[in-house]
Amino acid sequence: MSNGSRQGVLEALRKAGVTALFFGRLLAACVPALARPRLIIAQIYNAGARSLIIIMLSGLFTGMVLGLQGYDLLQRFGATSALGTAAALSLLKELGPVLTALLFAGRAGTALTSEIGLMRATDQLTAMEVMAVDPMRHVAAPRFLGGLIALPLLTAIFIVIGLYGAQLVGVQMMGVDHGIFWSQMQSAIALKDVTEGVVKSVVFGAVLSLIAVNEGYHADPTAEGVGRATTRTVVASSVMTLLLDYVLTAAFL
Amino acid sequence: MDDSQPTSHPAPETDAVIDVRDVHYAIDGRPIFAGLDVRVRRGLITAVMGPSGTGKTTLLRLITGQIYADRGQVSVFGREVADMGRAELFATRRRMGMLFQNGALLTDLTVFENVAFPVRERTNLPEPLIRNLVLTKLEAVGLRGAAQLMPAELSGGMARRVALARAIVMDPEMLIYDEPFVGLDPISLGVILRLIKQMNDALGITSVVVSHDVHEIATIADHSYLISEGRVVASGSPAQLAESDSATVHQFMTGSAEGPVRFHYPAADYATELLGVEKG
Ligand SMILES: Nc1ncnc2c1ncn2[C@@H]1O[C@H](COP(=O)(O)OP(=O)(O)OP(=O)(O)O)[C@@H](O)[C@H]1O
Ligand SMILES: [Mg+2]
Repeated sequence: MSNGSRQGVLEALRKAGVTALFFGRLLAACVPALARPRLIIAQIYNAGARSLIIIMLSGLFTGMVLGLQGYDLLQRFGATSALGTAAALSLLKELGPVLTALLFAGRAGTALTSEIGLMRATDQLTAMEVMAVDPMRHVAAPRFLGGLIALPLLTAIFIVIGLYGAQLVGVQMMGVDHGIFWSQMQSAIALKDVTEGVVKSVVFGAVLSLIAVNEGYHADPTAEGVGRATTRTVVASSVMTLLLDYVLTAAFL
Repeated sequence: MDDSQPTSHPAPETDAVIDVRDVHYAIDGRPIFAGLDVRVRRGLITAVMGPSGTGKTTLLRLITGQIYADRGQVSVFGREVADMGRAELFATRRRMGMLFQNGALLTDLTVFENVAFPVRERTNLPEPLIRNLVLTKLEAVGLRGAAQLMPAELSGGMARRVALARAIVMDPEMLIYDEPFVGLDPISLGVILRLIKQMNDALGITSVVVSHDVHEIATIADHSYLISEGRVVASGSPAQLAESDSATVHQFMTGSAEGPVRFHYPAADYATELLGVEKG
């Protein structure tokens, strides 16, 4: 191994260690943070409600594309009656959790990182420390929990709107039978399919919130430092989402 | 050091609220303090002066337990900071209030909520009481009318005054001010100066004021330290410092670039660098 790549590996290991330690402290801080539900609710609002429009729009168009592509594919086999099932399966298991996570990283994750990074850069976290208030408990934990709760909720909304979009195109425009569309879906989808989507979105919620909070908390306390940390949040979140998606999909087969 | 006169340490050890003894501290191998001795006595206003970058803010970070000395002792309220666990450190911090150099207001809260923050975090007082308490402190710094503004809507000087209200809202035993006068207009400066003096006189609050404003601080300080190059180069009452014949003290008091205090951050020789010749 060359000297340079050894350095790189060591640095990556060090970062992983720091993140793991931070995760431990974060979890420990989550317990007392639960005593302040107002802070957590405010963060669910920040991470969730503010991403609502972009999630709903993306869900609608994703569903509409599924309706078109699904119809085009299935009609070649004379199987357009399966359109509802096909759309629901793709949305529940893949597109819902993954696309919501990617959008969440870009919208809420970056906001979290830059907010916490700026709090660090302007001494707000230090000021809390000196006022004998633990910033892990007051700043980091509520944001982590807020993201963790918001992402699964957003995913559910994405899926519901996506189904509506698929129905809009498949049933209203392409003329698939309304009753068949929904009843086929209902009978073919198993609880396991729903569970897969839920587990994925919860895991993504935890990992993406951890990345965003961790990058913000450890950002260099300067304008450039915060900018770099925000970029790292998007990159790390996207890669982790796709990587974990594969791992979880394999685990559910 | 020969110019460390006039030094007066009549302080009996017992009434020292802060006792910094022979502290050594380095950042990335660059020494910031090399044998620093500072004592803050109960009920007095102690000024810490020194050129920019000497480590005045670093000293406050040592005192509040954000960083630890490499060598030497830092004790606060009679207890060694390095020996404190997290709970004791937090308990000690509750006894002090600190004004940050840039205010450090929480940007997502209004002015009112910023001042109320320590009260809400540490007590279970009923809302009307919190309101009274906060408005009284805001009135004292002349910003009661700004209670509903967000920190982003304040000027630098206003933000500092709000931060001061926040620092005093819990009536701490000791107040630490990091550059309270920078960026204030003469009127606010006078108000803040009097406020520091008043809280000291009326409530007996021990105060540590870090400042470059030699003349402002001289009007209220009981005891001053002049720090340069990692150690105390002079200390005493403002009158004693003013009469000092030490070159360092004289240079600092008159604001000259020439003298024993280096104005320049350590650098390669100017001429050499301009000519682009690396020093062998
Ligand atoms: N995080 C840090 N990393 C590297 N060097 C630092 C760091 N913090 C402070 N320093 C260095 O330590 C020295 C002392 O800094 P400090 O902020 O204590 O100075 P100061 O006396 O408060 O100056 P000023 O009057 O300008 O506020 C400076 O020379 C600075 O370069
Ligand atoms: Mg400073």
